[in-house]
Amino acid sequence: MKYLTLTTAALALMATGAMAQDLRIGLQEDPDVLDPDQSRTFVGRIVYTALCDKLVDITPDLEIIPQLATEWTVAEDGMSIDMTLREGVVFHDGTPFNAQAAADNISRSQTLEESRRKSELASIASVEVTGDYTLTLNLTAPDATVMAQLADRAGMMISPTAATEAGTDFGANPICSGPFRFVERIAQDRIVLEKFADYWNAEAINFDTVTYLPIPDTTVRLANLQSGDLDMIERLSATDLAQAEADEDIIVERATSLGYDGMTFNVGNGDRADNPFGTDGKLLRQALSLSIDRQALSQVVFDGVTTPGNQQYSPGSNFYAAAYPVPTRDIEAAKALLAEAGFADGVDIEVQAPNDTDSQQVMQVIQAMVAEAGINLTITSKEFATMLADQSAGSYTASLVGWSGRVDPDGNIHQFVTTDGGINDSGYSNAEVDRLLNAARQTNDTAERKALYAEAQSILSEDLPIVYLWHDTWLWALDSAIEGFVPYPDGMIRLKGVSKSE
Amino acid sequence: MLAFFLRRVAIAIPTILLISVFVFALQKLLPGDPLLVLAGEERDPEVLEFLREKYRLNDPIPIQYLTWIGNALTGDLGTSFRTNQPVTQLIAQKLPVTLQLAVMSLIFAIAIGIPAGIVSAYRKGTVTDYIANVVALSGLSIPNFWLGIMLILLVSVKWQLLPASGYVPPGEDFWLSIKTMLMPAFVLGTALAATLMRHTRSAMLGVLTSDYVRTARAKGLSERKVVLKHAFRNALTPIVTLTALLFGELIAGAVLTEQIFTIPGFGKLVVDAVFNRDYAVVQGIVLVTAVGFIVMNLLADMAYFLLNPRLRSA
Repeated sequence: MKYLTLTTAALALMATGAMAQDLRIGLQEDPDVLDPDQSRTFVGRIVYTALCDKLVDITPDLEIIPQLATEWTVAEDGMSIDMTLREGVVFHDGTPFNAQAAADNISRSQTLEESRRKSELASIASVEVTGDYTLTLNLTAPDATVMAQLADRAGMMISPTAATEAGTDFGANPICSGPFRFVERIAQDRIVLEKFADYWNAEAINFDTVTYLPIPDTTVRLANLQSGDLDMIERLSATDLAQAEADEDIIVERATSLGYDGMTFNVGNGDRADNPFGTDGKLLRQALSLSIDRQALSQVVFDGVTTPGNQQYSPGSNFYAAAYPVPTRDIEAAKALLAEAGFADGVDIEVQAPNDTDSQQVMQVIQAMVAEAGINLTITSKEFATMLADQSAGSYTASLVGWSGRVDPDGNIHQFVTTDGGINDSGYSNAEVDRLLNAARQTNDTAERKALYAEAQSILSEDLPIVYLWHDTWLWALDSAIEGFVPYPDGMIRLKGVSKSE
Repeated sequence: MLAFFLRRVAIAIPTILLISVFVFALQKLLPGDPLLVLAGEERDPEVLEFLREKYRLNDPIPIQYLTWIGNALTGDLGTSFRTNQPVTQLIAQKLPVTLQLAVMSLIFAIAIGIPAGIVSAYRKGTVTDYIANVVALSGLSIPNFWLGIMLILLVSVKWQLLPASGYVPPGEDFWLSIKTMLMPAFVLGTALAATLMRHTRSAMLGVLTSDYVRTARAKGLSERKVVLKHAFRNALTPIVTLTALLFGELIAGAVLTEQIFTIPGFGKLVVDAVFNRDYAVVQGIVLVTAVGFIVMNLLADMAYFLLNPRLRSA
């Protein structure tokens, strides 16, 4: 009841739009269940950024920095990680945060039957509580990706008391230790959080309440910002960028995504891999890749907002293998490859794509581009759920599909191209690639990892089970009264240090 | 009248059951795996299998249906795959929203449509009639989404008079709630007003040329009395039916309007649920909508008794 009155009061204040301590954020979708162990959506992670603190966080440059863990050391042999936790932290229900709580959290992520975090934490064999605020993670094998996993949902700490009481219904009333606590949620309408007075870093937080409003229509989302009903929106669409930039009451912030968009080919996933572009279709895939002008694609469909690409990360980022630059369009070379593969008179391919406007435009532009090389491309539009099912079942030739991106390079590539990879819809299998990507997982030496990924890239850019095309740019539009917002390549909205002037 | 009422209720029950079977079957015919959609970017086969068991998706489809309908009879409509919320709770959250939008739209529709229909029938063939017809035709032809976005851009962004979108429960702030709902209700209402106007016009045209209207005029009654009391009351039967049906449609959710104005009503919920293959949610809403539709029909039939004394003895 107290919450209800609080919300009522807060909303009444927000309606008049005058109070600086209330922040209203427009989201593209309604998040799924608000349980860090059970949730799957990107947009859900945006809400967690305010609701649930993690063991570690990242900087905009993807360095791992302390959040609830203040220090950590990886053992010489890489088989364990010693961690020191922040003292004086409490969960929203008053339960103290300590080493036992952290251990319980990792155990829940690993054992809750509904948990989606199992594979992310698979390399943690056991957690040893060595003191009130110290613990040791024992690993099954050296794993360089563990800390990056703990910088996301797998590292979000929820109240063990609440977790035990609520079980799988935890998401109805999530209790974490972040700067804001959960107040209420009305499906497809809003999620309301209020400032947590006992937050360990409360002075960096300048809002009393945060309200997240899912508004799927991009034009309407922007209109709400322009009319002053919202303070901030995420995923401004590229086509609305000019309009937003022309409005002097709006600031646009941007960051290149960690994810990618590209074309995944079926090279070994069931019978449908038996096609000219499939199992033995390396040359044709190269031809297709060469016949696409990625720069023009980005200009035509996305007004130049996206970054043309050819690898798992965008050119210039830390793990980009500079030795394999984005290919420039070369129709003659593509034709030569077609001839070499025995298709001098042209070849047909069917590509499935989601039925949204952007994907359709992308495919139409690509269709025109590859036609010049003699590739006769047919577009099959599918509703997303259908496309996903067909892709996973191998019932496709090629598929236009994206990935939202992960902080550690392993998360962007290992599961897609290794033989037993969890999302290897391509059915690609190459022992050398498996070896290199497994090795890159097991060393903590960044230089060594870069070399291993570059070596894998040398094979992958020949074999092309995935033809990478572009990297999205996260666009946020903010009311000009908002200060201190920092764009992150993971697309999240971190409220630390953000304030609103009158 | 009671016998009539009971007979109608008895017919309604198998109708609702049939609808539930159809919807259940149609959903299963849709391609796509609900759990793959649910899994998103994390597809752990073990977890997927566990969830398949948990939601009984491995059972034969008839068994799945019987389980669902059995639970539904006890008031349990299942839980949403996506948010783990009970479907009954989702419906309880959405129903007031949808009802508010429906009632407000209908007020717009009736207030505009019926007077316009009467006037244009009465002034048949005059400039007034033509203007009313052109306006009605535009009301029918202008797409809701276009009108909606134009209104948002003008009224909210440019003039900043009304909130651009969203929903505020009337219990929280009554006037803000009405203000927020004004534009969507207008957009929906104008489209319905056009339909109502056309039907009112044709019903009135039929009545206005009938003998008893001529008799009424011959008696020397005022035109006002002839048109509104004698003619309109008799023309009302089809209009009431239509209004009830329109209301039924409104309860089913005004998908586009809800999407544009981000109103968390049934339409938006059901569309999202279909795309996410959130079976329980789709089923639950269709069931509630079907019941709502049938109740509205029943009420329309009841209204005839009040409007038409001849039926009362039948």
